[in-house]
Formats: sequence, structure tokens, C-alpha cells
Amino acid sequence: MSHLRAELRQRAEELVGLYPSRRSAMLPLLHLCQEQDGYLTEDAMAEVAELTGTTPAEVRGTASFYDMFHLEPVGRYVVGVCTNIACQLRGGEEMLAHVSAVLGCAVGGTSEDGLFSLEETECLADCGVAPVVQVNHRYVRTTSPEAFDQMVAELRAGRLEHDVPSHGTLIRVRRSGGLRVDPEEIAAERASARAARAARQEQ
Amino acid sequence: MASLDAPRIVSSRRDYPDSFSLSRYLATGGYEALRAALGMHPEQVAAEVDAASLLGRGGAGFPAGRKWSMLRKSEISYLVVNGDESEPATFKDHYLVERDPHQLVEGVIIAAYALQVNRAFIFLRGEFALGLERVQQALNEAYEHGALGRKIFGSDFSLDVVLHPGAGAYICGEETSLIEALEGKRGFPRIKPPFFPAVTGLYGEPTVVNNVETMSNLPWIVLNGGAAFAALGAGRSTGTRLFALAGRVNNPGVYEIEMVKNTFRDLIYDPALGGGVIENKALKAIIPGGVSAPWFGPDLLDLALGQDEVAEKGSMLGSGSIVVLDEDSCVVRAAWRIVKFFSRESCGQCTPCREGSGWLERIMYRLEHGGGRSEDLDLLLDLSDNIAPGLTWPPQQTTICVLGPSIPSSIHSALSLFRDDFVAHVDHGSCPHG
Repeated sequence: MSHLRAELRQRAEELVGLYPSRRSAMLPLLHLCQEQDGYLTEDAMAEVAELTGTTPAEVRGTASFYDMFHLEPVGRYVVGVCTNIACQLRGGEEMLAHVSAVLGCAVGGTSEDGLFSLEETECLADCGVAPVVQVNHRYVRTTSPEAFDQMVAELRAGRLEHDVPSHGTLIRVRRSGGLRVDPEEIAAERASARAARAARQEQ
Repeated sequence: MASLDAPRIVSSRRDYPDSFSLSRYLATGGYEALRAALGMHPEQVAAEVDAASLLGRGGAGFPAGRKWSMLRKSEISYLVVNGDESEPATFKDHYLVERDPHQLVEGVIIAAYALQVNRAFIFLRGEFALGLERVQQALNEAYEHGALGRKIFGSDFSLDVVLHPGAGAYICGEETSLIEALEGKRGFPRIKPPFFPAVTGLYGEPTVVNNVETMSNLPWIVLNGGAAFAALGAGRSTGTRLFALAGRVNNPGVYEIEMVKNTFRDLIYDPALGGGVIENKALKAIIPGGVSAPWFGPDLLDLALGQDEVAEKGSMLGSGSIVVLDEDSCVVRAAWRIVKFFSRESCGQCTPCREGSGWLERIMYRLEHGGGRSEDLDLLLDLSDNIAPGLTWPPQQTTICVLGPSIPSSIHSALSLFRDDFVAHVDHGSCPHG
């Protein structure tokens, strides 16, 4: 019995098929697991192990290396506030303190109502609109405390479902079909290209 | 006066709200370069890139053409695009993947054709949720358009491109670490030699790894010729470059300007570019090329923005990021935040980096927040010297990758340029700025 729901299981199998080695699908598959559960459950990691031909320990060992993967439950919205150099110079630390107070959660924690988790992030590469705030890895571009509060009110009212979808950075990423070129075709093309190049070099 | 006459090579569509759509791309000459390239021999396409003298835009600035020709000795299996943009204050690839994904895709197809590779991967930062959507959409449209897949535009060349999301790790910008992540492992950089994935790359096979901006330059180079590209800029720094300007300036953002023809002062102060320092404050320091780079003081404002020009003064143009600190910015706090970043992002394989970054961070923390001692200043330098012996630039290597030796740059720079500020922190017992 699959832990991933049918639609995600199917996307997972398609992703595995895109790589010469099944293990390569590890990171995308873990993103899919978070799309379903918000974090990486034991059952989900066991399923990723099965899909990638690894063990659950290898999956956990890989996942724990990466900041985006959560090994414990998180709130519905994960708020990331950058305090790295470009944001520090534009009030990032003050923004982080404000966000922590407004949401009622410490850095690394989750609010009591389970709605928000808060992270102090490293550079999110949007330094032209600093300090940078992401919610579920969407740039919300609230550079003042007032704008942030307004955004939170909208979030609570359910008016930002489009701008800030649920978890999973691949939630709206859909590849149209699998690989189009099969290995035999590649081998044939490479052989003829090699011959053509050799002929050109001889001239 | 800033020199703004050069054509926009990679940001020509920046004024179109729908710059990411296939229809806009086709209406503005999109995929014409690919058609032209397919009419040439692969080695002719590579020769144009060689003639352009295009330096890699990721950070190391290695000539893209040379990277390719090293590979021509053996047959290459894979092309991997590095879109893991994570160097602090660098945000130009973010701009390119969200705003001009087709240009990237076309560049990738051209590069794959030149290298005769039939399988390419675009590795994008996991935090770029919208960028991932836009690039996948562009790939889908390119397949539909006949620009990807079997027998591209009726030629004898076929290619699949797979988009691969990262998951939050600065180190994956290092190409061997990126390859590990692409193989589904922890992003640990690989032991060198071999120094280039060209020898042993993805799945142990010859692999080219190129940056997003590097790839995005290729359509223009094919359409206009390598010589036209090389005619822009000066010396080894040809073409234009995207600079990401951040910090205490009025107009932070991404600006495409001609290499060498502009100075730091032009970029920071020109009304069409940075627009000056906020509230007309005095500029205190510049961090060129990302936080791995040594800092400059205001005395180097008139230095040209070129790879060799910046290197000659002991720093690097690196990732094209430029951060401005003003007279009110605390340099101790800035250097502390940068070393905290390295401490957090060290992958942990090598002792000088893993232990050294944490130790430096703790010393910088106490200087800034209270408890700093006067002997800490020498201790900072002594520790830094253990990580990058001699504190030269480019640094000596004590670790598997260049993250380690990059750690001391900010501390060493801040101490050299603004030692009095450190002493004031010790005397005051913590940050005098409050």
C-alpha cells in the first residue's frame, strides 16, 4: 500500500523514469512527500527508499543534509526571513524579530494553532527587494512590518491561496511527458556524429 | 558617467511583462539562434563561443570555450546547468530563470549541440518555486515547438532536458557537490583531482557544468558571432554582465552593463543604475563578487568592473554581486553575519572549514554582542591563517573545495580596513551602534 496518494505516486514514478539512475530522483521525490504531508514521515521515507533502490536510512541521511527538508511536522505556512548580508543591511534582523512576535513562534518553532512555522534563512537570491520574506518558498515581497502584517491577515483570511500554495516546491511543476529520446537512438546519433566529425577532420 | 550604450544581451526582454512566454520569445527572435546553430557543424558553434572569449558567469570565471575544448578530447556524456544560485547577495540567475526561461533553454540546447550531448540537466535552487515552474513550462513549450526531443527542427540532433530541483544547500553551487546532489546524495564536494567533472562527472562520466547566465549568452553569440561579443568589454572580460547590486543603495537590482567600461562608482551612483547611497550617506565599503570575496574601501570606487581589474586589486568579480555598506553600517556585524553563514553552510567534510568557521563565528559573535577581548583580534587572524595559510588572494587551499578558504575573506578585510571599529567594539564591550 502506497503512502503517497495515487496522483503523487504516479508523478513519483514518472520522475524516477527521467534519470539514468533511480537514486537521482531522491530530491524531487522528497519534495513530493512534503507536498503531501508538509514534512518527511517515516512511511514517506520508506517509500522513497523503495522507489530509489536505497534504504530508509540512506534516505534520511540524505534528506537531513538539506535545509528545505523537514524531519518534524511544520505549520501550514513555513515563513522564511533572510538575515544574510544584503538583508541585514536593509532591516532583516528587525523583520525577523517582528515576524516572530506577530506569529507567536520562535525561530525553528511552530505557532500554537499550527498555522505558522518560522525559519531564519540564508540568502534567498531576491536581494533587490530586501529584507526578503518567503512563505512556502514563494516570495511575498513584504519589506516593511506593516506590509508583512497585511499579508498575514490575507493569508489567515484564505485570500492568498493562489500566491502561496501549500507545501512542496514542485506543487505546480508538471513535465509534459517522459524522455523522448531512447538510449539506442542516442547511441546511433552519437556514432554518426562521430563519423561525420572524423570525416571533416580528415578533409 | 556610466557607459550604457552596449546592447542588452541577456536582459533584452526585461521590459515585457510576459517575457517568459513562448509567444513573446518567438516574437523577439527566439529560437532563431538554435536554427542557425543546427545549420552549422558542432565544432563551428564551439568555435564561436571560443571566439567570444565568454568567461563562465558562475563565479570562477573560467573561459566557457576552454572548458568545452578540454572535453572534446573525450566524448562527453552529460551537460549540467548550474542554477543553484546561493552566493549571498547574488540574484541574477533568479532574474534569468523567472523572466527569460526560454533564453536559458535555447542556450542549453545550443550548448548540447556544440558538445554533441543528448542528455542535459538543469539544476535549479529548490527555493526558486516560481523559477522551477517557469523553466519547466519553457521546456514543455520547447518540446511542443520542436526545439527539444527527437530530431530537433528536423535535424539529426536529438536532446532531452530534465529539470532538477535542489533542496537548500549553498555548497551545491560547487559543481562536484551539485553532481552528488543530482545523483541523489548529500551534497559533499568530491576530492580533487580530477579538478573538472569533464574527466569524471555525473555517474562517473565526462560532464560539462555551466552556469545559467553563461548559457543565456549563447543565443546572442550564435546570432551575432563570437567576434561581436568579444568586441564588447576589454581584455579578458568580454561582453556584458549582469550585476546584482544590493545593500545601502537607492536602487538595488540586477543591471546588465558592458564589462570593464564601467566602474564601481558608475554602477553604484549613476541615476540609471544604483542611484547612489541611501540618504546620501558616505560609502564605507564594497563587497564585490559575493561574500567569499575580499572587500574594497571607497578608494577603489573608480576601479573598472572587469575580471582582471578586480583580481589585480586582490579580490574577485566572482558571482557578479556587489554589496554596498555605508557609514552607518557596522562592519563587525556584517562580517559576523557572513561567517555565521559559512559556519552554517560548511558541509563538514574538512576540519579547517567545519571547526574554523564555527570558532570564528563565536569570536565574532562575542565582539558584536558582548564579551569580546582585545586578544580576539589576533586570534581571528591566527585562526583565519590556519584555514587559508598566508591570507593571500586567491587563497591557499587546505580543504576539498573553495568554501573553506573563502571563510576568512570578510573578517580579514574588515580587520585590515577598519581595525579601529573592532577596537571600539572591545572597548565598548559590545557593538557601539547598539
